Amino acid sequence: MSEDKKDQLITINVDGKDYEVPPGMNLIQAVEKYAQKEIPHYCYHEKLSVAGNCRMCLVEMGTPMRDRATGEPILDDNGVQKIGWMPKPAIACNSNTSPGLHIKTDSPLVKDCRNGIMEFLLVNHPLDCPICDQAGECRLQEFATEYGRGYSRFIEDKNVKPKRTRLGPRVTLDDERCILCSRCIRFSQEIAKDDVLGFVDRGSYSTLSCYPGKELANNYSLNTVDICPVGALTDTDFRFKMRVWFLKQAKSICTESSVGVNTVVWAREGKIYRITPRQNDGVNDTWMSDSGRRLYNLVESEMRLLAAKFKKDVVTTEKAIEKAVDILKGAKFGIVGNTQSSVEEMAGIQSLAKSHGAPVMFVGHIQEGDDLLISKDATPNTRGALLTGLTKALPYRQRDVVGRNLKKGEMKTLVVFNEDLIEAGVDKSLLEQVDIIYVGSQQNATSEMAKVVIPSQVVFEKAGSFVNQNFRLQKFEACIPAPQGVKSDAAIITSLRAGLGDEDASSSLAKIWESLSSDVKEFEDLSYSRIPDEGVQLDGSRFDQLNYIETGSLHYEAQPELAETA
Amino acid sequence: MTQSDWIDLLVKAGLGLTVIFSLMTMAGMSVLAERKVCGFIQGRLGPNRTTLPLIGSIPIIGRAITRLGLFQLLADGIKFLFKEETVPGHVKKFYYNLAPIVVILPSLIAVAVLPFGTYTNAEGVTAPLILANVDIGILVILASSSLGVYGTVLAGWAANSKYPFLGGIRASAQMISYELALGLAIVPVFLWANAPGSDVALGLTGIVSFQESHWFVYLMPFTALLFLITLFAETNRAPFDMAESETDLVGGFHTEYGAFKFGMFFIGEYAHIVFGSALFVVLFLGGFNFLPMLADPWPAGILGAVLSTLWFIIKTAALIFLFIWVRWTLPRFRFDQVMHLGWKILLPLAIVNLVVVMIFLAIITPTAS
Amino acid sequence: MERKPLTLAEKTYMPQIVSGLGITFKNMFRKKVTMEYPEVKPPIPEGYRGQPALVKDPDGREKCVSCQLCEFVCPPKAISIIPGSIPEDSEHANVEKAPEEFDIDMLRCIYCGLCEEVCPEEAIFLQDNYSINGLSREELVFNKEKLYDIGGVREDEHFKWKKKKEAEVSGNPHH
Repeated sequence: MSEDKKDQLITINVDGKDYEVPPGMNLIQAVEKYAQKEIPHYCYHEKLSVAGNCRMCLVEMGTPMRDRATGEPILDDNGVQKIGWMPKPAIACNSNTSPGLHIKTDSPLVKDCRNGIMEFLLVNHPLDCPICDQAGECRLQEFATEYGRGYSRFIEDKNVKPKRTRLGPRVTLDDERCILCSRCIRFSQEIAKDDVLGFVDRGSYSTLSCYPGKELANNYSLNTVDICPVGALTDTDFRFKMRVWFLKQAKSICTESSVGVNTVVWAREGKIYRITPRQNDGVNDTWMSDSGRRLYNLVESEMRLLAAKFKKDVVTTEKAIEKAVDILKGAKFGIVGNTQSSVEEMAGIQSLAKSHGAPVMFVGHIQEGDDLLISKDATPNTRGALLTGLTKALPYRQRDVVGRNLKKGEMKTLVVFNEDLIEAGVDKSLLEQVDIIYVGSQQNATSEMAKVVIPSQVVFEKAGSFVNQNFRLQKFEACIPAPQGVKSDAAIITSLRAGLGDEDASSSLAKIWESLSSDVKEFEDLSYSRIPDEGVQLDGSRFDQLNYIETGSLHYEAQPELAETA
Repeated sequence: MTQSDWIDLLVKAGLGLTVIFSLMTMAGMSVLAERKVCGFIQGRLGPNRTTLPLIGSIPIIGRAITRLGLFQLLADGIKFLFKEETVPGHVKKFYYNLAPIVVILPSLIAVAVLPFGTYTNAEGVTAPLILANVDIGILVILASSSLGVYGTVLAGWAANSKYPFLGGIRASAQMISYELALGLAIVPVFLWANAPGSDVALGLTGIVSFQESHWFVYLMPFTALLFLITLFAETNRAPFDMAESETDLVGGFHTEYGAFKFGMFFIGEYAHIVFGSALFVVLFLGGFNFLPMLADPWPAGILGAVLSTLWFIIKTAALIFLFIWVRWTLPRFRFDQVMHLGWKILLPLAIVNLVVVMIFLAIITPTAS
Repeated sequence: MERKPLTLAEKTYMPQIVSGLGITFKNMFRKKVTMEYPEVKPPIPEGYRGQPALVKDPDGREKCVSCQLCEFVCPPKAISIIPGSIPEDSEHANVEKAPEEFDIDMLRCIYCGLCEEVCPEEAIFLQDNYSINGLSREELVFNKEKLYDIGGVREDEHFKWKKKKEAEVSGNPHH
């Protein structure tokens, strides 16, 4: 943490070694961050309140001794202050750092405690790792190997509980595996603000349950699956689909809204199996919406464009680009950009527009926000369009730019990037007057009308970066290979530019960033490889006068009211 | 020509074909024998599976033939015949095709002057069975068998690649080296046989009849040994199979050959062996004569001719067995060892041997028997 | 080391050749070691690693629960599994998971036996069949049905899932 001030640091002692830590910090976190030691825990979660019910994080704790009457430090024979060890271990999750605190994280007593806790937890835990989706990323498995006794002393019958309870449309509960850590309950209460979960019954009969007449149906329900330390809560969609150890992870950014949720995409052999949130304390903490997790369906959707077309005939992508260049040559054309495009693609579009005097138009996309992780702007890169200079106004504040431009009748051709103009309300008769070159991943009414259709990659197949509502520049990696013949937008734009005679056309991210960092003030000194995983905060003050649509969300405060400008 | 001339010619041609056919069959059988004996020596069974549907299912005989591997001969032949004839692109086509023929031809020519049996007619007149009873038989053999190396050299050169070339070079070097010792090992035989009063000259029938009572193999054992060793070298047999030498030359001169052309090399090699064995029998083992110091028991008429020929074939087969036996016993020489043995040991020994025999003959002065 | 000088006989090498010939001649009449394979089969020792196959338990339940550990451990990646769930109305619904597809590419399989070793359900075993042949590549990718045909039923020591099901019915007053 950058706000740690040196003079405020205090000293704690972990397993005989001193560490400088900030005061009042949660002990589990402090030990992990400063002493690089893991205190095993189940119920504690960084972003949730402390429950202290799993008892896994027991450590031995002691403070420097002082005389009760005088407050004088009590010294030992060597003149060092004595440590008053507590007679019993205490839970680390509910303790904060304090000056002179001493803890032992691997003393025989602590190990014994963990061993005992593990044995209790496993008493009624079924032996179904082979069929459990959590296997491979299960805290219970991990700690059982590290601290478990390795065999069972329990000869009685294990508790039998329901194995497939439906908690909601997307979440299935396996009661037997539940270790009653209550993370899911606290998440529903504190983050999702949808208090539907609770424990019923007592002792070993305790089960997680929805309140009568309610179900776990909110748009953040799958976060409970993520934070479940065992395999009790499972994603109904991902259930039994693939073991996690086969999945390759790639860091990506959710395109659901301008919040720019950080994600991990889990894929095997070119097929995406699930998307989970990636911790970014400046954006989404450790959460993401359920709807964002389903965006991978775009990859194999029925509407996916997989073949280039010229006048409805399937041609190779190269041929289609050639034809598009032929059409663009000579005639005046306009470009319909898209705030779904990455910064790099926008830079390409900008160069294309600049060198050929083509106007760039946008269509706004507005959706219902939820003030948590979905904003009202339904595209991830509106700020990117502003920064690259592709637009001066906010797309969603403009009315039918495309229609108005077409009415002037100057443009003969329209290059459309992944946008459905019919759906956006542009007059069909106006569109019929121009040749449309459609570059996009999904089929729609506009692509049906287009003279040339060039298929492009979806966000999971390419690399690039987005600028979110906070003016935070975040990059995403390619997670899966693109279908044969389907090129990235950047490559297509580069081919178009090269065909039209632009000499500096390049689709390499490094090259694009070279020109971006020199052209755009906010991108100064940046390059693609230098963007860290958690993103870079840019200075967006240049655009303060714009009337953004976003209301507040997790780490974003709505801008002060501005007079309506349109 | 008169009618009898025609008949004579046809009979001669028929005899010639028969002899060639027998030689080829024996070569084929030697291939089988080689595989069988090799198997036995190594504790294996050798070819024992190949069978023909009908003949193979005859109760006892069919099984015996199958186990002996006799059908294998047929199968191998058919295989060589029907395999795709591939000719590598880099070879010299004409010589490439010529080489296998040149390899197989010499032994076919030389066999013409080889006496392989005897025929006594009703009047008691004895005539050797021979295709061409010329009195320069051994010269014909020496002349034609030396041509055999041309096939090898040609194959190695025409293949136009490294290993065959090396194989060809080795073959020619070896052939030249051992030819000398071979020739010098034959001379004593003719010296002895051409005792004053004999009309043997350089014909082989005379050599055979000379050995009616005593065989040269025990009269001149050292000469026989010299001849045998050089014979091994001349036929390119282990331990002198420098030209093939799988371990260092892949396949030697026939690396680039396949299918029927390879088959011709293969059969040519064995024809050499058969012929070499027969020559040794003629020169040192008394030819078709029964046993030393015993009168030939061959009756007059056809039966005698057949029996004497069979006896000759049996002796030859024994020699062939020796060839095979030696191959699976001795390791291959290194090339420099071959050269060393040929020039520095065998050649001087052969000269010394010749001188000794000459002196010996001068002392005892044998007469024609 | 100083060597004994060779005698004249040794130098000629002839006695050695003769004795060598003697040895090979003797060998010709030894008992042949050839095993005439298709008629005579070699004895297959216990624990032989032949063709892998899936097995069912004595109740006819397919033991594989598609945990995919074998797929993971398989060095030549011969195994490919598509996991599936057991329908709730099935007799073995309490097992929940079973392979939808289970293919072993016998052309890739190297018979290492790691799949058998790693299987937590004792569902895959290497059989004693070592002669696996077919006329096409496709034919040698054995699917689930074929693997169960080959594997058949195997004795079970644990009946883990059956016991669990019984406990569900009788053992727990809670439900």
